[in-house]
Amino acid sequence: MIHDFGIVWSERSLLLSGLGNTTILSVLSAVAALLIGFILTPALMSKKPWLATAVRGFVDGMRCVPFLLFAYIVYYGLPSLGLRLDNWTSGLAALTIYNAAYMAEILRGAWAAQPREPIEAGVAFGFSSLSLFRRIVLPPLLLAAGPVIGNQMIQIVKDSAFLTIIALPELTHAAASIQSRHYVPFAAFISAVFLYWGLCLVIEAGVSTVDRMAAARR
Amino acid sequence: MRDVTKVLDVVGISKRFGDLEVLHDISFQVQKGETVCVLGPSGSGKSTLLRCINWLERPDAGQIYLNGKEVGVSGGGVVMGDRELSQIRTHIGMVFQHFALWPHLTVLQNLMEAPIQVQKRPKAEVREEALALLAKVGLSDKRDVFPAKLSGGQKQRVGIARALATKPDLLLFDEPTSALDPELVGEVLVVMRELAREGMTMVVVTHEMGFAREAATRVLFLDHGRVVETGSPEQFFSNPETDRARQFIQRYSGETAGGRR
Repeated sequence: MIHDFGIVWSERSLLLSGLGNTTILSVLSAVAALLIGFILTPALMSKKPWLATAVRGFVDGMRCVPFLLFAYIVYYGLPSLGLRLDNWTSGLAALTIYNAAYMAEILRGAWAAQPREPIEAGVAFGFSSLSLFRRIVLPPLLLAAGPVIGNQMIQIVKDSAFLTIIALPELTHAAASIQSRHYVPFAAFISAVFLYWGLCLVIEAGVSTVDRMAAARR
Repeated sequence: MRDVTKVLDVVGISKRFGDLEVLHDISFQVQKGETVCVLGPSGSGKSTLLRCINWLERPDAGQIYLNGKEVGVSGGGVVMGDRELSQIRTHIGMVFQHFALWPHLTVLQNLMEAPIQVQKRPKAEVREEALALLAKVGLSDKRDVFPAKLSGGQKQRVGIARALATKPDLLLFDEPTSALDPELVGEVLVVMRELAREGMTMVVVTHEMGFAREAATRVLFLDHGRVVETGSPEQFFSNPETDRARQFIQRYSGETAGGRR
């Protein structure tokens, strides 16, 4: 058994590059999903019925599709519609679009729970459009939604493992390569698990920082 | 050219929400240094009137002039863009019923936010003035505290200081003591009385008859969206012209906690 872990250790550069790719994938798609979520949220709450219904359909639809299936569709399905993306682009797009739906729903809930008056005070004191959003609306919203957004980021990290099926060289893919090359499944996968765990601990640390800031303001 | 000794000139404002006419053809002026108290039963349109002054509600008809400049409408009758409206709004301070402090900012940051971000004034100068304002409302020791940690009375004093921080020409108060526990009303009224004495121009929507009686230069009595009576507080309270006003005074003078303070 110790010997197996020794083999994994000798392949550590492969594992670490997998971890690096998983981190890049997760960070990029988390940021992008959050930004798209911010665009979708006002649409979800729009007074125009066609817009609200369309976005609501997308959000609910995404949340009912298994991610693995969605990744298959993007990578293997879209080419038959004439859209061929490489595995990195497909993986990032799938992870981002899928999680944007969750982010939109998270932000909508937090937004709806924000008291109206401080925002109105912002308007009365001369804040408008972008400065109102950036200075007055956004900070309390992020403080309130922070823990749930953090949860979703952990979900993104774990979902990224599915992208091994489209041959994206992320952490799970690296672990699988090591195990098939040397036949050390337990050591290879357990090592990957611990690396995923480490990644999630970093996110947790971020969440608890946001949480402390929010608690001071409650 | 409009008379500029009038800080505020409200001309024939009307507002409806659906079928309900909330304000009907309301006109009044406020001279520099005046404290005008707007009184009236719940649902008489007082708050809506106040919110029309800085266009938080857009009036359906009529004009509002601040220092002779029309609010909300530029030359040629075009509705103002956000930027132009913001510029006018920074000359009007507002104090809210539920304080409406920004929860993510400390007390001092609440005071400094609009002067720095909207008025683009130098930070050092704004900070110095904000500290002086906090001292004035007696909250210097709370400057680094978040609003959630304050009592209602303290929150509202911060609310007043925040409204003063932009150096407004006009201060609007929307029922500033209605959300407070009775024992906290006094500390807020003390600050408001002092402002009135210093000659701040204020429009105050309130149920505090005691405050209206001694601090107001003029009283405006609203009922069903119309100005039913207007005059000096002595005249209004001791010798109201209408039955509606008489009933109102009787009801509220007995009821309000801070009425006789």
